[in-house]
Amino acid sequence: MPYKSVVLIKQVPDTHNITGKVMTDEGTIDRAALPAIFNPEDLNALEMALEVRERHGGTVTVLTMGPPSAAEILRESLYRGADGAVLLSDRRFAGADTLATSYALALAVRKLGAFDLVFCGRQAIDGDTAQVGPQTAEKLGIPQITYAECVLALEGGTIVVKRALDHGTETVECSLPCLLTVVSSANEPRPASVRRRIANKLAATSMEYKALLAKWPEFGSEEALDAFLTERKLKIPVWTAAELGAEEAKLGLAGSPTQVYKVNFVVLESAESRDVPPTREGMAALVDELMREYIVG
Amino acid sequence: MAENFYLDNPDLRFRMEGAALSAIVDLKEKGYSTAAKYANAPRNYADAQDNWRLILGILGDICANVIAPRAAEADEEGAVFHNGEVDYAAATQAAIEAFKKSEILGAMLPWEYGGLNLPETVYQAMVEMVSRAEGGLMTIFGLQEIASTISEFGDDEMKARVLPRFARGEVFGAMVLTEPDAGSDLGAVQTKASLDEATGKWKLNGVKRFITNGNAHIHLVLARSEEGSKDARGLSMFLVERDKSVKIRRIENKLGIHSSPTCELQYTDTPALLVGKRRFGLMRCAMALMNGARLAVAAQALGISEAAYREALRYAGERLQFGKPVSTLPAVSRMLISMKGEIEAARALIFETSCQVDALKAYEAKQEELAAAGAPLDPAVVARKKRASNLADMLTPMSKYYATEMGNRVCYKGMQIHGGVGYMREFNAERHYRDVRITNIYEGTSQLQVVAALGKMVGRGLDVLIDEWEALDYGSALAPVRAELSELTALFRKCCDELKDKDRELIDYFGTDLVEMGCVVVNSWLLLRDAITLERKRELVRAYTAEHLPRARGLASAILAGEMLSGPSREAILA
Ligand SMILES: Cc1cc2nc3c(=O)[nH]c(=O)nc-3n(C[C@H](O)[C@H](O)[C@H](O)COP(=O)(O)OP(=O)(O)OC[C@H]3O[C@@H](n4cnc5c(N)ncnc54)[C@H](O)[C@@H]3O)c2cc1C
Repeated sequence: MPYKSVVLIKQVPDTHNITGKVMTDEGTIDRAALPAIFNPEDLNALEMALEVRERHGGTVTVLTMGPPSAAEILRESLYRGADGAVLLSDRRFAGADTLATSYALALAVRKLGAFDLVFCGRQAIDGDTAQVGPQTAEKLGIPQITYAECVLALEGGTIVVKRALDHGTETVECSLPCLLTVVSSANEPRPASVRRRIANKLAATSMEYKALLAKWPEFGSEEALDAFLTERKLKIPVWTAAELGAEEAKLGLAGSPTQVYKVNFVVLESAESRDVPPTREGMAALVDELMREYIVG
Repeated sequence: MAENFYLDNPDLRFRMEGAALSAIVDLKEKGYSTAAKYANAPRNYADAQDNWRLILGILGDICANVIAPRAAEADEEGAVFHNGEVDYAAATQAAIEAFKKSEILGAMLPWEYGGLNLPETVYQAMVEMVSRAEGGLMTIFGLQEIASTISEFGDDEMKARVLPRFARGEVFGAMVLTEPDAGSDLGAVQTKASLDEATGKWKLNGVKRFITNGNAHIHLVLARSEEGSKDARGLSMFLVERDKSVKIRRIENKLGIHSSPTCELQYTDTPALLVGKRRFGLMRCAMALMNGARLAVAAQALGISEAAYREALRYAGERLQFGKPVSTLPAVSRMLISMKGEIEAARALIFETSCQVDALKAYEAKQEELAAAGAPLDPAVVARKKRASNLADMLTPMSKYYATEMGNRVCYKGMQIHGGVGYMREFNAERHYRDVRITNIYEGTSQLQVVAALGKMVGRGLDVLIDEWEALDYGSALAPVRAELSELTALFRKCCDELKDKDRELIDYFGTDLVEMGCVVVNSWLLLRDAITLERKRELVRAYTAEHLPRARGLASAILAGEMLSGPSREAILA
């Protein structure tokens, strides 16, 4: 039986490839200096949704909240196989913490209509909170399966999922609709498809029409471009706060109880060093000590 | 930035960006009317070029990040034969999986069969990158030529059944020509095709040898359909979907391209379908198939060379002897410069050739379209087709000859630059050296390429191109090179004229010398032409001509002296 899936994705600064210039004196990240990428575990979430569709049929819609440039990861999702994409973009969303973000995302998921599964990455590499998925599930009033590694079975209104936990795995069964947060060990995200890459290369939000026209002047006007994209189903809709029917007070900075109070710039320095004899005994003693101190084990 | 075999190769990008295909793509896309029907079809030439960049970029990423890191592993594990079947190395399987998932296969096939209708020129750039990543893998990727041949010669029903599966990567192909007693001389093929007159069905019986990827599902088999015939005119081409009647007897244990299984096959009453016209199996089908495949092997040699050059350049910069990097030693830097010059020359030649092949195919299709519509022959189309056909016929074997011989020279030097470690398994130079060695043997040995190019070459077939190039304005900076090249060109023409009316024996005797010279002439003009617009190529063309023109003059001296060893002298020497 076919399932309707929604995948929540985020564009993040590539914090895994930080070079010297990117850290400010205050120890925060200069986002503009980092390339914006598809949050890695969101790719795993998308892959899981695509695999469900391949096995059972249905649709996969991707959703992101972000600046106009976040349309890039929506396109990347289309290149990999998503059927549709929506961008939530509005100045009023800006400055949102996880609570305000999940509020907006939950409204958007509702607006998409009936759904069976919501997938998101376990966490985003720029905040590492792992809160948005669970909070969204709460706001949607549906059960959640965090740390999902593998969909073991999906039949009718029930899903069986293997969860990857620190000390092993756990298999859970859950009724649909539900939300899954997916870990990186779940799968190997597929590469972009050449055919879908070409077919979707013009996919754009109306905010990008100017740039698109500069590259493809043959369309002549934004109206003509809009007509072409609409006909080819390449127009990526942009939903604003008003279109979501959101309460202003729950959005963006206003709706975010979390405030960053202070950022500490931690420089790890070795205070002391010790020579460990490179013998079997020396190593064994070191390992024992590390275990005693709960550093490993 | 993440590694990418397309984006990190300025010369390949320069060639792609400069490929003069606008008229040809217009024809292929029927004045861009295909865009209304197929979501991937380009709306105009700029759109087509943009698509090529995307495709090559995606493949460049896969090559650099999925394939190349496991190339040594694919070589070490190799394809293995067991229980009558072939297992690819794990790394090869992963690569095939990546091709499938990225939906990059069947790129040259027409839109209606799920292809991307790409020109040959783009495809050869793809083959080059795959070969740079893993030389043996190219034989699996490159056998898409099989699908193109079916697309060209098969009937509509066959095409509709087979081609979409190629485009989805569900099936791969094998090109089944060689037999124990029919190698270079394919006219001697004995595998028997018999027609059951009652049912109209064909069956094949016989043994084929050295078949790359004989484990593939779709075989194109050259077989003798005319009982009692002895030569090429008794051969036809057949399509086989491999079933139990096709036995893989063994796979070869060989020097290089270990990931590529080379199979011995036995056909026993194997059901087969005729492809194209009866009796035209070798002359039309196999020739078309081989011409495409020859160019792909040229691109394979080029790709392996690119990899070998990069390894050597890096190593020479890091290896210190006598207190400095060995790359600064004149002997080593000359080797590197020679490698780079030959690689860029081969790339220029291959692109020139593939553009002619694209032109030929496009004008051929146009002519057929006109004929089908009952329209009169358009003399302009006929003339263009004729020109492209003559040039493709000559440039294809020249490309195969030059690129594969140069590939061997480059990989030889690559190992040499590494010194002792280059001889060791741990270093890629050793693998490149082994992998490239097949390229001037299969798809017709270099000697056969010479035979194929020679006839038209002595007939001054290259003049139409060279005349055009000679007429260009190269400016004063390039004047000295240009003058020297014009001189060599005159000498080359003299050699052609000298040989033209001689005995076939004498022509063949000096064949390799003449074709070698022809390649140097063409390559030099191509590089010189590049130097008009590209600063970087100025030094390169100087280095290339400084190295190769004097040698070509030496070849000319030998040809003009015309001193062929007599039969008895040859025997005396070899006794
Ligand atoms: C790894 C590998 C993969 C292969 N894959 C395939 C495949 O997929 N399909 C397929 O059909 N075949 C395949 N072949 C076969 C390959 O194409 C032949 O080996 C090749 O064409 C040479 O034929 P031969 O081996 O019989 O050599 P021969 O024809 O016996 O040649 C021996 C020597 O004589 C020279 N010679 C022969 N005739 C002439 C001539 N007229 N003028 C000048 N010199 C001449 C040759 O250059 C060579 O030096 C493969 C071979 C190898 C080794």
